[in-house]
Order: sequence, then structure tokens, then C-alpha cells
Amino acid sequence: MNTQKMIRQASIAACKKLNPLYLMKNPVMFVVAIGFILVVVLTMFPTMFGESSRLFNASVASILFITIWFSNFAESIAEGRGRAQVQTLKQTKTTTKATRILADGTEQMVQAEQLQKGDLVIVRAGETIPNDGEVVEGIATVDESAITGESAPVVKERSGDFSSVTGGTVVTSDWLKIEITSMPGDSFLDKMIRLIEGASRQKTPNEIALNTLLVSLTIIFLLVVVTLLPMANYLNISLSVATLIALTVCLIPTTIGGLLSAIGIAGMDRVTKFNVIAMSGKAVEASGDVDTLILDKTGTITYGNRMATAFLPVQGVTAQELMEMAWLSSLADETPEGKSIITLAEQQGVDQINKHHILQTATVIPFTAQTRMSGVDLAEGLQVRKGSYDAMIKMATHVPNDLEEVVKQVSSVGGTPLVVMRGRQLLGVIYLKDIVKEGLKERFAQLRAMGIKTIMCTGDNPLTAAAIAQEAGVDGFIAESRPEDKIAVIKAEQALGKVVAMTGDGTNDAPALAQANVGLAMNSGTNAAKEAANMVDLDSDPTKIIEVVEIGKQLLMTRGALTTFSIANDVAKYFAIIPAMLMVAIPQMKTLNIMHLHSPTSAIISALLFNALIIPLLIPIAMKGVRYQPMNANHLLNRNLLIYGLGGMVIPFIGIKIIDLVITPLIS
Amino acid sequence: MLQITLILLVYLPVVLITGRYLYAVAMQEKMVMDKVYQPIEHRIYRLANISQEAMTGKQYIIALLITNACMIAIGYFTLRIQQWLFLNPNQINNMEATLSFNTIISFMTNTNLQHYSGESGLTYLSQMLVIIFMMFTSAATGYAVCMAFCKRLIAKTDTIGNFYVDFVRVIIRVLLPLAFLVGLLLVWQGTPQTVQQNVTLTTIEGTSQDIALGPVASLESIKHLGTNGGGFFGANSSTPFENPTVISNMIEMLAMMLLPGACVVVFGLLVAKRFQHQRAWLGKQGTTIFAAMSVLFLAGLLIVYFAEQQGNPMIDELGIAQQGSMEGKETRFGIEQSALFTTVTTAFTTGTVNNMHDSLTPVGGLVPLFNMMLNVVFGGIGVGLMNMMMYVLLAIFIACLMIGRTPQFLGKKIEQKEMKFMALSILIHPVLILGFSAFAVMTSAGIAGVTNPGAHGLSQILYEYASSAANNGSGFEGLADNSTFWNVTTGLVMFFGRYLTMILQLAIASLLANKAINAESVGTLQTDTPTFTIFLVAIVVLIGALTFLPALALGPITEQLLMFG
Repeated sequence: MNTQKMIRQASIAACKKLNPLYLMKNPVMFVVAIGFILVVVLTMFPTMFGESSRLFNASVASILFITIWFSNFAESIAEGRGRAQVQTLKQTKTTTKATRILADGTEQMVQAEQLQKGDLVIVRAGETIPNDGEVVEGIATVDESAITGESAPVVKERSGDFSSVTGGTVVTSDWLKIEITSMPGDSFLDKMIRLIEGASRQKTPNEIALNTLLVSLTIIFLLVVVTLLPMANYLNISLSVATLIALTVCLIPTTIGGLLSAIGIAGMDRVTKFNVIAMSGKAVEASGDVDTLILDKTGTITYGNRMATAFLPVQGVTAQELMEMAWLSSLADETPEGKSIITLAEQQGVDQINKHHILQTATVIPFTAQTRMSGVDLAEGLQVRKGSYDAMIKMATHVPNDLEEVVKQVSSVGGTPLVVMRGRQLLGVIYLKDIVKEGLKERFAQLRAMGIKTIMCTGDNPLTAAAIAQEAGVDGFIAESRPEDKIAVIKAEQALGKVVAMTGDGTNDAPALAQANVGLAMNSGTNAAKEAANMVDLDSDPTKIIEVVEIGKQLLMTRGALTTFSIANDVAKYFAIIPAMLMVAIPQMKTLNIMHLHSPTSAIISALLFNALIIPLLIPIAMKGVRYQPMNANHLLNRNLLIYGLGGMVIPFIGIKIIDLVITPLIS
Repeated sequence: MLQITLILLVYLPVVLITGRYLYAVAMQEKMVMDKVYQPIEHRIYRLANISQEAMTGKQYIIALLITNACMIAIGYFTLRIQQWLFLNPNQINNMEATLSFNTIISFMTNTNLQHYSGESGLTYLSQMLVIIFMMFTSAATGYAVCMAFCKRLIAKTDTIGNFYVDFVRVIIRVLLPLAFLVGLLLVWQGTPQTVQQNVTLTTIEGTSQDIALGPVASLESIKHLGTNGGGFFGANSSTPFENPTVISNMIEMLAMMLLPGACVVVFGLLVAKRFQHQRAWLGKQGTTIFAAMSVLFLAGLLIVYFAEQQGNPMIDELGIAQQGSMEGKETRFGIEQSALFTTVTTAFTTGTVNNMHDSLTPVGGLVPLFNMMLNVVFGGIGVGLMNMMMYVLLAIFIACLMIGRTPQFLGKKIEQKEMKFMALSILIHPVLILGFSAFAVMTSAGIAGVTNPGAHGLSQILYEYASSAANNGSGFEGLADNSTFWNVTTGLVMFFGRYLTMILQLAIASLLANKAINAESVGTLQTDTPTFTIFLVAIVVLIGALTFLPALALGPITEQLLMFG
């Protein structure tokens, strides 16, 4: 959707939100609205509460109106950003029909909405999966791009981590028999639509607490203004009602009050933009508080695949020999590890002349869990194998003295050793290395600076785990971890009063995801994991948890910064309005008019206009969030206090003066 | 400035030592004097059937309220029938109903706003049994609730401490011994301590004059120690019998600064010892809060001092030479000791005066007024710290949001409910001051008490309610305040200002006590840094100034602008 269209739609939506019943939800803006109505009445009957200028009242009324409208506009803009996404999702939903399998085995066409939990459906190539479910029969590729945006199809089959399917995705080949697991209107897709639309957007605890503060400030300032009137009357100073309303609106925190809901919506939207679906705003906020991150090694810290990085021959064998045999053994190996061995050997200049001939004539011995090795039998009778140390030494006639040492060496630096055998002779070791993802070490250092501890979970032995942990720069690790170990770690950290976040995908992870304060499930994972988590990453990229933490922090920071800004603004507004109000009765008050504003009228209008205009000017900050750099709390506080506290005090002095200079020729 | 510096230098070590002692009393540490104190305390516990069991926050505040209510009832009836009781050598009459109401609320709430004159309104028995008695108990009440509050911020449970035990211990171990010491020092300086009737003299002009006497020293000592402030005589500590010399003036100032400051020290120690910093004197957290209070205090002090030093331009215009504005001040104290006394009595919310605040220059008068409007610059015993803690929590709330964390203090989350109570407890103060001031200027009964025209009249009204709401008790004495209107309204303001705030604040502490403690790291807000001190001061001044500036603009600021043109 282009920007112009978005602004136009938001403008219209902002007008619809002028409904008093809607405004009532935002107490700060509701006070402005009541002020507006009073001043409108005063514009029509200027002499209702003593003498007052109709023109002045009309100006105040129009500024109050745009103040409210700007606030609505900010909210509408924030809402508008998610709307396009919802449109696409809704289309997917409405057109879906399903083939239900009845108890007697016959098929029946029904609308997707009619499906109940427990129903069996069959989905054939080209059809859309009607609702969330588990595969009970069949194997098929599924296009999940409607939800993830990822166009490569995914294989789905019965049992295992790839058995869950999401409503709205499309089967692209073969067929699947699916048992529906969610009630109509409660599927993942429905939840997503609701979340993005903001219909189920509930105020988060911090937002409620902040709202309480804003309401209290509003009450205090209402009290200030209401009591000012009799006190001024006592001193025979007459104050116009429009001026008092202008003072009230300037003092109550309209800036943050007007932007609060936009900040919340935009924060959720930033999470969605990252292709992460947060089940509630509360989860996003909680992720800002995370103290400990529990991360799986494989796929999160390291690339899922190990890469061959060296050939280590035993004594009496040349490196060339070992390399050639390693290359031979992997020629037919389609696994990433096998391919990396080929790549490495070819980089090191292996002789590739007979490649095609060998491939055509050789017998491939595939890897099985029982044998734990693979290889080829060449036509001329040569047998080449590679496999785990334990499996290989059983088959060899003789174990070289230094083999065990080489194997240990590789393990101790976090690598996986693959032993290569020609015939029955052990030649040496291929060093397969876990590659730590680029930039992660720096990321973890940043997290540490922010006070967040990282713990790595891995099935590796302690030696390997320690090596990887050191390389990645995590703060702690659990080696040989089982799913229940994760829960134990989470509970131990929580007992220390820490907020724990973790990522997971398997059914095994579900209890840990539920136990963690923030659980991020991978979309590729099981439904159990997704249900236990409070966030789902559609791209299935576990490192994203770090970004989510940052977004959570940014959300709170934006609220805090704009609240500070809003309160700090009041100082300048006081210096504009108080002298202006009292100058007629007490000419000496001009001493306090430090901005040298032109006249009492121009001063009040300028302050009020500044108060209105600052709302749209801050919309970009509300949408993007205040800039966040990982640093410790003290530096962050100093920085934000300087920008939004001190800045909030100084900027309105400048702004009000400029507006005064601009409007003076217009009103005099 | 020499005298001011000297007093503040003496204050610092004294308050740290007293704070350490107060901590020992509050935490029931073993001490040498246990042998003397324990038997007395145990006799009291047995006599009053006190179980010494730990109380929940709710039980604690209920015990406090009931105890205070009983004392109010007894005190009220004593005042109403004092004429017929003993120790009335000067034949003083019973006190009128609304005045008795005002007086009793005033003393029970640690305010000591006096709409009567001691020498003509109270018998010696009333002075001792009502006034001095309540000076001890109201101070002990403030201390007790503050300790209950502070302990709950640290504790992992809401069931901690016993009101009666805290109350008895502080009187026996702190207030009585200190009062005795200060009393002796004042007697040494010339303050009378007697139950003999007034002396009637024949002056050199041949007319006769009553010289009012009484158990003055014993009242003076606890009046300051307990941040009470109600004088034995109408003119309070400006009279030579209450405050004879410069030395007695310094003793009285130090006495009223002692315990409010010590309460901050106790809190600092509680926090520091939580982290096993056993040898701390004040602790980092305590230092932050103490520093914030000190900054506000010193700023106020300097303004009063220079404003008074500058004098009144209108007197200059008359061609009269003046050394500062000496109207309403005692020559034996001068500008310096008067300015300091004024700042101390309003910052530490005592309300005793050694000069007439009504006669201060407009800006000089604005400072005591603003101190009471803030009500957090050390404040009265215990309650001042609790008021400041509300601003601390507020500052933490905003600061935590600014660093992107859910607000927490000492590991405990500040959520909606705490926020609501905090906001209410901060709200009560301006509602009472501004609301009642507006009410007073709208009613003829209210305006009837005002003795000055224009802006100064409004200052008088604001001052009276600010003094009542802050439980300070000093007055812009020009106000003719012994009328039904003023007695009743200020009585209500004092009552709500004291008890509503206390209830809400202890409720917040109880809520926090029940919360799980979250871990702290470099990612959580540090509340014991200089930045936080600055931010705290800014929040206090900003909220305070934003709330009261319009009213102040009509009162003292207008006066100042008119005077200086």
C-alpha cells in the first residue's frame, strides 16, 4: 500500500474516531474533547461567562479539535500498517472448502468454517488446507508462503516434527489425510488476523500502569486549573474560560496521551514485520525484561550442518592419500557434511578425472543408524568407508596407535571426527567442524552489555560443548542435555528472580517453552510447541529471539521517552501561559515572559498550537520507536534523559517562540 | 554563612551515628543498654497485654489507627474539662469544642498547628498530659509506620514487625533519652522548667506584667526532636523562654533535623545490609535519597538567605538603612540563624518558628511554603521519607520505561496497583491544599480570617493549608484562625493529610512485600547513582512546581513582582 493511500485512509479513520464513546477510552483526550465542546459553546455565546472574544474562542476551539484529530490520526496510521497483511490472510480464509471423510469412509464437501475439532479431511494437490491439524496419513509438499512468505515448499508427513499443518497453506503435490486440531474461528490464521487487526489487543500491564500515571497527572492539572479560578477571582483578576481550558490542555499530558495507543500498536507491528507472531503484547513487553536466553546449539548458534575443515592422517599415511579416499567415500553422499568433504577435497586439488566413471560403476553403501558409516564399493573391488570412530575400529584389522589421540584432539576443539578406512586399513580423520554463525559472538557480547546472559543447550559431550561455547562466546552451556534439563535450567534461573526466554521447535520443547517467561516457537515445529510458546517465528530462525528482545525494550523505551518529553514540555508552556493570563491584571508579570511573546493572546495560541503540532511531529518516533543501541542501563538512562528530558524542556521554548513569530502578523 | 556551614557540618556525623543507633533499635539488635530498657519494655508489654507477634501491613495500620484514635479521644476530653482538673495554677478555662477538635487533631497528627496561645489556653496539666504526651506518641507513630514501610520494601513477606513494639521501643530507647538530654541543655541555656504559677511583676513604668512560666524545657526538647513544633507560648521559639540564646537556637535546629535524617539513614542501612555491606554508614541507596533531599534543602536555604539579606526595597525608598529584612526577626538570631531556622522548620516539617514567616520577603516566604507543598525535603519523622519514596517510585517508573525494562525497585515490580496508590498518595496533598484554599476564598467565613489585602492574603491562606496538609504546623501568623471555619477545615486537612497518605503508603509497601524479587544486572535500572539523584530532584521539583506554580504565581510571586517592580 502506498504512503499517500495510507495517509488518506488514516485521515478518514481519524474522523470516525471522533465519536465521544470512542474517545472516552482515552481519558486524556476525553478531557480535551470536553474542553473543545465548552469552547465551541463559548464561541457561539461569547458572553456566557463574562466578556470574551469570539475570535479567540474560535481559534482555541479549532486547535483543540486538531489536537484530538492528530491523536486519532496517529492511532489510525499505526493500525493501517497491518491492514494490508490482514486483507491477504482473510482472502485465504474465505475461499476455503474442504473434503471431510465421514465415519463410513465416504467423502463430503463442506465449508472450512463447518469443520470441528477431531474431523478428518483429505487435501489433495492444489487444494488449501482448511484448518490447523496433524497429518495422520500420506506425505506431501506444502506451500506455506501465505503465512511465512517463504516460497519453497515444505515436506509434511505423519509423526515426527513435520506432522503439523497450518490452515490456509496449500498442498502442492500428493495428498494428506489430516485430523483437525482447532475449533472453527480459533485457528492459527484466525489468531494472526485478530492480532494484526488489533481486535484482541489488550492493554499490557505496563501500559495500564502508565495510563494510571497519565490519568493522575490529568486530575492534578484539572485541579490546578479549577482551583485557580476562585483564587484569581479573590484577587479580582478575571480569567476567561477559554484561557483556562487552553491552560488545562497544555498541562495535561496530551502528547503521550495522544500517542500511547499508537506506540503499542506500532510495537506489535514491528514484531509482525519481523515475521514473528506474538500471542499478546504482554509477551513482547516481557521479552524486553529478559535476563537469560536459553539457546539450542544446532541451528541457533551454529549452522545446522557441520563442515569438513581438515584431513588429519595417522602416522604412515600421507595427507594426499587420506584426502583422496575421503573424497571417494563421499562422492555419492548427498548430506551437507558429505558435500562439504567433496568441496574441501576439490579445493585442496584432488584428482577428479574418473569422477563420472566411478559414480556410474560403484556400489553405494548408504548411512544407516545401525552401521553408523557410509561409503562406496568400487567396481575394481576397492572398498572405502567413513564413519564414527566406534563403528570403524570394530571393522579394522589394526588400529593405529595415534588414531585415538587425533580423534580426541578433534573432539576437544568442538569438532566431530569422521574416521576414513580403505579396505580394512584406517587412514585418518576428517575434521568436521560446527560453524558458529557469523556475527553471533558480537551479538552475545552486546547482550552481555545489556545484562542478558546466554546459555547454550547441546547434546554434545562436555568437551565439545565447552569448545563451541567458548567460540560463540556464550556465558554458559549444558552439555548432553535432555529436554528435562532445559526445564531444570529455566526453573533454576527463575528461582534467582530472572526472566528467561528460550526458543524451541519439537514436541519435547513444549514444557520448557511453557515454563519460560518468553517462549519463541519455530513455525516449522510441532503444534504442541507452537501452542506452548507465546511467540511463533514464521521464518523458523531461532536467532530472532534477540531482535524480539530489542523490540520489547524499544516499546517500553518509546513510552518512557515520550512521557518524559511530555511532562518536560510543561515548563515552557507555563512560562508562556501564566504571564499571559495575569499580565492584564498585573503588568509586572511581563518579567516572567522570558520568551518575549508578542501578546497574551498570541502566547496562549502559540503554546496551544505547539501542543497540538508536536503530536504529528512525533508520530515517526512513535511508529519506529526510539533509537535503541545495546548498552548498559546507566548509559541508556543518561542518553535518553538528555534527549527527551532536557530536550523536552528546551524544544518547546524554541517552538513556541517560532509559532509566536509566525502568527503575530496574522492575528494583529 | 559561617554559622550555617558550622551547623550543617556538625549535623552530618551526628545524623549518621543516630541513624545507626535507630537502625539497631528498629532491627532489635543487641545493645549494651538492653539491661536498663528491656525490663521497662517488658513491663509495658505485660501491662498492656501486647503479644509482640509479627503483623501484616493491614494489622499494623489498624493497630496504629486504633491507638491514635484512643489518644485523640482521651486528649479531647482532657482539653474540654481542663479547668476542673489539677495543675491549673493560672485558672485557665475549658477549651471550646472546635478549637479542641483542631488542637487534638493537630497534635496527634504531628502537625502542631496552634489556633490557641499556650499561656492563656492550656493548663499545665494539659500542656503535659495532652501536648507533651502527644509530641512523643505522634513522633513515635510516624517512626513506626516508616519502619514498617521500609522493612517491607526489603522483606520477602508482609508479616513483619509489631506496631506496639516499634512504638514502645522508640519512645523508651530514642525519644525519652534524647528529650531528656536536649531538655537539660535547654535548661542550661535558661529555659524554665517548673509547675509554679506565672510571676507577676511591676515594671519600671509602674504597670504590672505577667511573666508566663511552666514546664517549658521538657516541651521544647520533644517539640523539636519529634518534629512537632507547637510552642509552649504563642510566639513559639522566638520568645526568650523557649529559645533563649544562639546556642539554644542551634540545639533546637539540630534536634529537629536529627530524626527525619536518621530515618533516611536507617533505610539506607536496610538496603545496604541486604547486600551484606555490613560496614556501610549510609549505603549507596541511602546516599542517593539523602543527597536529593539535601540538594532541595540547600537550594531553599540559599534563596531564603539571599532574599532576606537583600531586605525590603520599600524600606530603602523611605530612606531607612536596613541590614537585611529584620521585620519579624529576633536581633539575637539575625538573618543567618533566622533563614536557616525557617528552612529547617519547613523542610523537616516541624513548624516551630524563631521568626515570623508572615514578615519574610515574598520570595523568602515562598520557600517555606514550597517546602511544605513538596513535603519531601526530609519531612517529619518517618513520614517525610515515605513521601519521598513515593517520588522515588515514580522516578523509577519513568526511568525504567526509558531504559526499556518493566519498572522495579529493589527487584520488586511496580505495577498498576502500586501505581494507583502512589498516584493517589501524591494527589492527596495538592487536593487538600488547593481544594481547601479555593474553598476558603469562596466563603465569607474563610475570607473573614484574612488580615492582609491582595496577594499576601492569598499567601496566608495557602500557607495555612499547606502547613496543615504537610503536618508542619507553622503559620503565617497574620491569619485570624481561631474560628469555627478555620478550626474545622484545617483539622480535616491535617487529619486526611496524615492518615490517608499513611494508609496508602503502607498499602504500597505491603503489595511490594508480597512480590517475588527479580534479579538485578547491568540491564536493570541502578537507583543509587548520581544520575538518579538528579532525575529524582527534577521529578520532585517538576511535579511540585507544575502543581503549585499557578497558585504561587498569584500569591508570593505577584507580591515579589509588585514589590520589586
